[in-house]
Parts: sequence; C-alpha cells; structure tokens
Amino acid sequence: MEFALSEEQRMLQDTVGRFLADASELDIVRKSAEAHEAFSKTIWTGFAELGVAGILIPEEHGGLGLGMLEAALMSEMTGRHVAPIPFVGTAVMAPLALTLAGSDEQKAAWLPRLASGDIVAGVAVTETISARDGAGVSSQGDALSGSALFVIDGPGADLFIVADKEGALFLVEASATGLERIDLTTIDLTRPVSELRFENVSAERLPNGSPAVVQQMIDAGRTMIAADTLGAGQMMIEKAVDYAKERQQFGRVIGSFQAVKHLCAEMAAELEPCRSLVWYAAYAQDAIPEEGALMSCHAKAHLSEVGRFVARTSTEVHGGMGFTDLVGLHYWFKRIGLDRQLLGGPERVREEAARLQGWAA
Amino acid sequence: MDLAYGAEYEAFREEVKRFVSENKDKSPRQSGTGRPSDDQRKWQDLLIKNGYAARTIPSEYGGYGAEPDILKSRIIAEEFTRASLPLGLASQGVSMLVPTLLELGTDEQKKQWIEPTIRGEVVWCQGYSEPGSGSDLASLQTKATEDGDDFIINGQKIWTSTAQVSDMIFCLVRTEPDARKHEGISYLIFSMDTPGIEVRPLMTMTGYAEFNEVFFTDVRVPKNQIVAERGQGWFVANATLKHERGMLGDPNQAGTRLAAIIDLMHEETVSGERLIDNPLFRDRLVQLQARVAAMQFHGMRLLTASAKKEDPGIARLVVKLMGCELNHQLAALAIDALGELGVLYERSPHLRAGGRWQRSYMFDLGLIIGGGTAQIQKNIISERGLGMPREPKPARKEGAA
Repeated sequence: MEFALSEEQRMLQDTVGRFLADASELDIVRKSAEAHEAFSKTIWTGFAELGVAGILIPEEHGGLGLGMLEAALMSEMTGRHVAPIPFVGTAVMAPLALTLAGSDEQKAAWLPRLASGDIVAGVAVTETISARDGAGVSSQGDALSGSALFVIDGPGADLFIVADKEGALFLVEASATGLERIDLTTIDLTRPVSELRFENVSAERLPNGSPAVVQQMIDAGRTMIAADTLGAGQMMIEKAVDYAKERQQFGRVIGSFQAVKHLCAEMAAELEPCRSLVWYAAYAQDAIPEEGALMSCHAKAHLSEVGRFVARTSTEVHGGMGFTDLVGLHYWFKRIGLDRQLLGGPERVREEAARLQGWAA
Repeated sequence: MDLAYGAEYEAFREEVKRFVSENKDKSPRQSGTGRPSDDQRKWQDLLIKNGYAARTIPSEYGGYGAEPDILKSRIIAEEFTRASLPLGLASQGVSMLVPTLLELGTDEQKKQWIEPTIRGEVVWCQGYSEPGSGSDLASLQTKATEDGDDFIINGQKIWTSTAQVSDMIFCLVRTEPDARKHEGISYLIFSMDTPGIEVRPLMTMTGYAEFNEVFFTDVRVPKNQIVAERGQGWFVANATLKHERGMLGDPNQAGTRLAAIIDLMHEETVSGERLIDNPLFRDRLVQLQARVAAMQFHGMRLLTASAKKEDPGIARLVVKLMGCELNHQLAALAIDALGELGVLYERSPHLRAGGRWQRSYMFDLGLIIGGGTAQIQKNIISERGLGMPREPKPARKEGAA
C-alpha cells in the first residue's frame, strides 16, 4: 500500500510548476486578463512543448498516455499559477470524450493535434448538470439546434465537443455553418467561457457517445477543477503567510499576532487533507472506477467549500492590500470563485453524491 | 499510488480474518471502569500471543516481538473494527508509558514495568496537567524536594483519567526550582498507594467523572524511580505527547461514526418522513462524508510517510485539530437529526443509542480542548508548519506601577 506520489509524478509536477512559475508570472497573467485574451498563446505553447497538453492522450496518438492523477497534478499547477490556458477542456475532457467514444478515424484526426497543443477544444456539457436560461442542445440526425452555456475552454477553440439532451456526443468545428460563439465574461479573466448557439449545425457524432461517457467526462472535469482550487488555495495560503511575515503594525510583524497566524493555521489545516482527497479522487478515476463518480463529487464539493474559505481568509490576512488590484491576489480569489460553480456548485454536486448512493431520487 | 496491499499483506490479512472469525465468541465485555476486567486481560493475553497486541514490544519484555510494520498494524485494526471486536488495550500505560520506557527507560525499568503493563495487570495514570498549568504545561509547580535517597512531592494534578483505579502514575514534577522552566522538570514513576496521595473524581459536563484531581502531600518517592536524567522530564514528556496526539483524532473512529449516522438517518422518521429523505439533513451528511473521506485518505498518506520514514511535515500537524473537530461535528449532526429525541439523556424513555451522541458531543468538546487545545494546535501548525513567528514574550514587570 502506498498512498503517495511516485518520484516520476513529483518530478513531472515540479517541472511543470517551475515552467509556470516563470511563464505564468503575475505580470503576464495580468496582461492576458486585461486584454481579455481567450488564452495566453505563449504560455500554452510552452506548456504543450513540455508534452503535457497530451498528458492523457495515448502514446499512439502522440500523447504521454498518463493517468488522471498526473492530470490532476497538472491542474493543480495551473491553479497555483492562475495560468490562462485551456487545460480542463482541451487536455482532459475533450481527449477523454474522443478516447472513450470516438471512432478510430476521429481519434486519428484529432488526438494528435490536441496532444501537440495545436488546437484547442471547448467542451459543452453544462446542461447535463444544470440548464439555465433555457439552454440545451437537441439533435436531429447529426444536426444540432439550441444553445449551450458555460462552454469550458470555449473562447479560442477550434473544435467543440457537445453533449445533447440525450447524452449523445458530437464533434463540431468552430467554422461550422450556423454556429455562433458568444464569449461570456466571468469574474475570472484567466479562463473565459463561452455560449454556443446552434442553428441546424451539421455535426459529427462520436459513435460510442452515451450518458455514461458524458458522466465520466464530468467526473474527470470535476476532479481537475478540484485540483485547480487546491493549487490556487495553496498559493493563497503561501502568499498570506509571506505577507504576514513581512507586514509590520504595532511595531511587530502581523504574523506574530495569534489573531493572524491562527487564520493561516486554519487555512492550512483545512487545505492539507484536501490534497489527500484530490489524489484519491483522481486515482479512483482510473483505478477504482466504481468510486470515480462519488469521489469526484466529494472532491469538487469539498474543495469548493474549503476554497471559498481560503480565498476570503487569505484576502483578509492581506488587509487592505488584498482588496486592491496592486498585489493581484484577486486573480486567485476569482479563479476559486469560478471553480466553485463550473460543472455544478457544491449543493448540486452533493445532491448528486446522495443520488449515487441511493439516498435521493 | 498503489492502494493494493500486495501478496504478503493479503496473506497476513487472511490470517487476521481467520483469527477474528475463530475467536469472535471470546470477545470480552468492557469493564467500564478504566481497569481491565479478567475477561479483558484474558483477551489481551490471547492477542499478544497471536501478535495482535503489543506487537512490536520485544518478547523479552512480554511483547510479541515483531518488526514494526505499520501496514500490518493497520490491517489488524481494520479487520478487528470490521468484526466489531475490541483491539488490544490502549490505556495510557500501554500507549504512552511503554513507548517512553522503551525509548528512555533503564533496563531494570523496562523489565519491571512493561510486561505487567501490556498485560493489563498494572494500570497507569498520567500526572501532567495542573490547575495552573494547562496549555503552558512547562510552568508546572508540583515540586519534588530532595531528602536523602528520596524525593518528597507536594502539589496537585488535574485531568488525571483512571487515577481512581490506577496502580501507578507517571508524573512530571519540578526538581530543579532554579533552572529555566523547561529544564527544571523530571519524570517520575511511582505507586498510587504511596502515602500522601488523594484522588478526587472530577465530574464533567457529561454527568460522568471521566477525570480526577490528584493531590500530593509529602509523597515520598525513591530517587531511582526517575525516567531519564533530572531536569529532562519535559523532553521525556514530549516524546509521549507525540504518541497521544497520534491517538486523538483517529479517522477510523470518524468512519465508524459516519456509518452509524447513515443507519440512523435511514431508520429514524419524523412525521413519517425518513431523515435521509430530508434534503437539508442529507446535505449535511454528504458534507461530513467528504470530510471523513478526506481525513481517511489523509491518514493513509501519513501512514505511507511513516512506513517510508519520511517526515510528512504540516500534514501531520493538522490531524489532532481536524480529526477532533470532525468527530464533534458528526455527533452534532446525529443530535440534530434526532431533534427532540437528540436531547434525551440518562435513562429517559425514547432514549436512542444509550444517549451516546450527546455524551460524545460533550466529551469531544473536551477532546478539542484536551491534549493541546485547538488554539495551541493552531500555534503549532502556524509556527512549526508555516514558519510563522512566535508570540513575543511580554516584557518582565519591574516593580509595581
């Protein structure tokens, strides 16, 4: 029994973490966000050059062929460095859809290009969880109509993976006739999302698409988002601790006041067991599939709650400076805020966890 | 990550399972006094003989003498818990004194005390806290003065569980009044029958006396009943507190409790509705289920670290705080789910589970405070885990203002 990262996993996480620490420095993130970029091409290119855009993609299709735990470790790093790159949709949910449900031709056509980072794939599955403002996609044959909200990695996408109301999956190219993309502005400018409107758009069906595959995509997505919050939360704790060790008031560093350091201790105490939960949830996706759905719910919901606590508490430890744009702490605050709602907020996700255990209809 | 135990451990698990199923009927009734009954001692002997208690204690001191293997210990705990069988004795003598003696005791002390302690024949209590020295334990004032070959002890201890049934006490006393506070303490072991010791039960909010106060008036203890050197008692005690904090906040207990609440919410109805069908209670249940899962996986992570002899750092420091809080929250959910029935107590009609949820809720608050308060835990986490500065010492008062 070994509940720990392997040496290779640690090295991989370390390498990508070091890359993002430089490439996704706050100044760069800020520029990308203020320009309302779909994503940062520079960071994405460098990230892909490390091979990790293809982290889950089988080696025969040009990827690294690694598992969900490795992917979660990457997601943790993107959250830690508030990286404006399309990871959850493009590197996790879309490849998973293609691998599980695509034809051999579809896999051969798209997986290598996703693995190399040449294209970005948006994922439209939100309505499976919660349909707002009348959104939802219907299919007639292979033609799609309707709309999809909160399309992950939508802005700048070359390709979309779309679930219809029946749980069938489709591939739609961004240039398709009748498809309109409207980018939504959320609090988090590091990861914009889109709305897609379909008017009789001809799409390519993934032959093995099913509600079960959509669910697996969502489970994986939730686990990645939980890991993103873990990384962002960890960074917010470190920033709070560093600030509290420097900032002086009443003639001493504020980190020597118990009122301040207990806040830091509470954040760390809440977040540290989350790391174990995220590891397990990610590992379960591959190794204990019967627990995959439930554990992704637990990870997503629990990290949402702990993330919210850490985000507000770290901001408070920073005092007035935390509230300003100057220190840029708000990029992490907002990242955690978006993470909480994507693919279901904690209340909805917990209700799903109850259903999975037969506790709710 | 590899959560499979592998062939060697699976074989060991089968062995434990076989023992469990063959010996189920020998499971002893708990005495309820803190002193093991004859039944419990027989059970303990059986466990030691088979390597399921005192497993790593060397056989020359009456233990089973196995190499430490934390995974095997975990398998034993899992299989016994699954079968609702009591594990070996986990008294303060077994959990705290024995590891201390093994680490720091003389050969004679080990030979004299370890075997009868692990067999449950000698029961120990812990004399650490004092009325004036709780969180600031090192300020303790119980003093031991020299008189020939003896120390003469005067002072008072508090929060001494099982003192009224104990044969022996391991006790911190100030032997070097002129030394700095951490350096003036010694660790003595002596009989509770020594003249001059008075034990008074300490009734708590639960309605039970889980603790005692112990008073020492001119208690005479031979100087050779010291563990380690004079003035080193603080460091000896810290070696044992480490063992205690590992016991508090055990995630297996939370798992057992969660399972009981899930059953309760399926069985209990309010105005014809099962509690599990109520979305508000269900939401609270799932929230705590995620926390229990997180703490269990966290426990596995720490287990792996200790098997690999790695320092898990801050991950270890959060367990007491988070584990005790979680147990408290679980009891709170059970009480709220039971509603009006949740406040019944003692031997009331309609009482559920013998009133254990209320008793746990209150006693767990005691555990949040005891063994290093939540606030002390936060100091430890922030100072040792996050490297934050200590509270500056107040300037010494110079005369009266």
